[in-house]
Amino acid sequence: MSSTSSLSPGIASDAPEAALGRTGRWYAFIRSIPTWIVWLIVIVWSIPSLGLFVNSWRTRDAQTSTGWWAVNVDELTFDNYDQIFSARNSIWDSLANSFAIALPATIIPIAFAAFAAYGFAWIDFKGRKGLFIATVSLLAIPLQVALIPLLQLYVGGAKWTLPLLDKTITLVPDFDLAGETTAVWLTHTGFAMPFAIFLLHNYISSLPKDLFEAARIDGADHFTIFWRLVLPLSVPVLAAFGIFQFLWTWNDYLIANTMVGSNPDAHPTTILIANLAGDFGRNEHILPAAAFVQAFIPLVAFFALQRFFVRGMLAGSVKG
Amino acid sequence: MAQVVLDKIDKIYPNGFQAVTELSLEIEDGEFLVLVGPSGCGKSTALRMIAGLEEISGGEMRIGDRIVNDVEPKDRDIAMVFQNYALYPHMSVYDNIGFALKLAKVPKEEADVRIREAARILELEDNLDRKPGQLSGGQRQRVAMGRAIVRKPSAFLMDEPLSNLDAKLRVQMRAEIARLQRELGVTTFYVTHDQVEAMTMGDRVAVIKDGVLQQVDTPQKLYDRPNNVFVAAFIGSPSMNLFEGIFSLNSEGASVALGSQTLQIPAPVIEARPGLRRFDGKSLIFGVRPEDMNDAALVESGLVTTNITAEVALIEALGADILVHFPLDTPVVDSGDPDAVQDLSENTMVVGRFDPRSRPRPGDTVDVAINAARMNFFDSESRLAIWE
Repeated sequence: MSSTSSLSPGIASDAPEAALGRTGRWYAFIRSIPTWIVWLIVIVWSIPSLGLFVNSWRTRDAQTSTGWWAVNVDELTFDNYDQIFSARNSIWDSLANSFAIALPATIIPIAFAAFAAYGFAWIDFKGRKGLFIATVSLLAIPLQVALIPLLQLYVGGAKWTLPLLDKTITLVPDFDLAGETTAVWLTHTGFAMPFAIFLLHNYISSLPKDLFEAARIDGADHFTIFWRLVLPLSVPVLAAFGIFQFLWTWNDYLIANTMVGSNPDAHPTTILIANLAGDFGRNEHILPAAAFVQAFIPLVAFFALQRFFVRGMLAGSVKG
Repeated sequence: MAQVVLDKIDKIYPNGFQAVTELSLEIEDGEFLVLVGPSGCGKSTALRMIAGLEEISGGEMRIGDRIVNDVEPKDRDIAMVFQNYALYPHMSVYDNIGFALKLAKVPKEEADVRIREAARILELEDNLDRKPGQLSGGQRQRVAMGRAIVRKPSAFLMDEPLSNLDAKLRVQMRAEIARLQRELGVTTFYVTHDQVEAMTMGDRVAVIKDGVLQQVDTPQKLYDRPNNVFVAAFIGSPSMNLFEGIFSLNSEGASVALGSQTLQIPAPVIEARPGLRRFDGKSLIFGVRPEDMNDAALVESGLVTTNITAEVALIEALGADILVHFPLDTPVVDSGDPDAVQDLSENTMVVGRFDPRSRPRPGDTVDVAINAARMNFFDSESRLAIWE
């Protein structure tokens, strides 16, 4: 506290006030927007979903002949949903596959990234800053360019022939993950890590330093501090990241199609739905209904985790 | 319970900034020592080095008879109270107080007894199930205290624990902490920038400036016989008036030229401070506390005083006494306190604490009597007090 203020008393006393002024003005600006404008934006944004929802209850003919706004209450039918749940490749199987992908792909990055973020934020080690920058800059690598190399790594592993000696060593064994959901969540996990570490680090590093020092004096080591202080206090950001990551992995099509596209038994719902449309879009009319089945789970996840966005988790720990 | 000894402690930050220089302090067993200084003087750094939160760059630190330079905070057997309380927001008051015991694997029953005992002492019994967010500032402060006392440490370290409370509560908690410390008899190292806290709470007070210790003494001694200009100006409110002037001996004693006026110094004053004789014809710093000035018309008989005349600029009536501000045409003496309000004008503003029967008005010219026995003189080069 005083060590920083002793180095730069001027900055320490002026900066927070200036920042407060800026955010204050920004909030004042946002508050000055009339509520009806906000509602208008909400409505405009919701119209496509509404249209999709209405169409999911209409027959193929109705959908192709008139727009969803011309809906007639009498024409509503349950046929589309019926067709989805009775399809040859059951949607139940694909939902199970989606869970098998989205759950590990959400939980594992959170578990790893929380440790990493704590380390980057509060453990002083050599090269901490450089390593953190390197980790975060991995955000810039597009997932798409890594798909084929990753697939080759999963199927066949990685071998390296030593020059001169003419000896081949195995760097990564052949896991034969082609067509396995493991390949999908493993890829998601890896690519989620930089963002997860970045997000959690920002939050965890902003926890009050005094808390950590008090805990150290109370006799806590890093592990205890992590479990007893950091995790309970980081629930809001963990929930936020969890929702993002779950939505992203649940709705992913590209990685799933690359890794398990060849194995119908491992298809998640996204691929199943795309295939439902059939050749030449024969069954296009059941897509809206399928989309709502697909969207139901993330909505449940969102509302379940939403209550963890508790405001003022830190209220009362330190003054100010 | 233990003695805490700092032996020539240095703190140099990696960027080369020296926050603490050869700080030597002995805090006796059970003593309440207050370290006071202006902001950025290294006092918190010193405390954090005792706690083990800051590495010690040089010197030796002992708690009890152990050298603790490289001992982890948790193994130093100290408890710390933070400026911001640093309560664990997700834990109840009970868990906050008991956290250290839990980590130390104290049996549940024993921990429960100790937590409830601490809560009783601090009158927190009704709030044990609450979270810190539901408590008032004063209660949070007490929880922070409870977290410290429940461990029965050999020393308490307190880092400006009262600075976040409002004025009234601060006075109340000040007395409460001092009482608690005397009751428990635990060696206490208390850091503050508030000299009133320092004077009222400490058995002894250490004044520090720019990482260098200025003086360690009982509050009264610090007040009566400050070592140097900085301590003189820092301790006391309103602070001591300081003037620079030419000192010359004469037949009736001596005189100091203060701007256009000459202040006559009676012979007994010189006799009590033989060192002054060396300054004949030289410049020195003359200091007088506000309460040692009075309206010349109201001076009790028998008191040896010497007068100056002044034109009153401002009056602050406090009821018990009146603060009279008047300018004197001597240059401002910089006491070295970075927190002090700097008056850049040519005139030094002087504050006198007058008898309330005195009724000067702004613009009036008054004779100001200065109590000769309580005059202070400092070397203007070394800034040290002149006595011997």
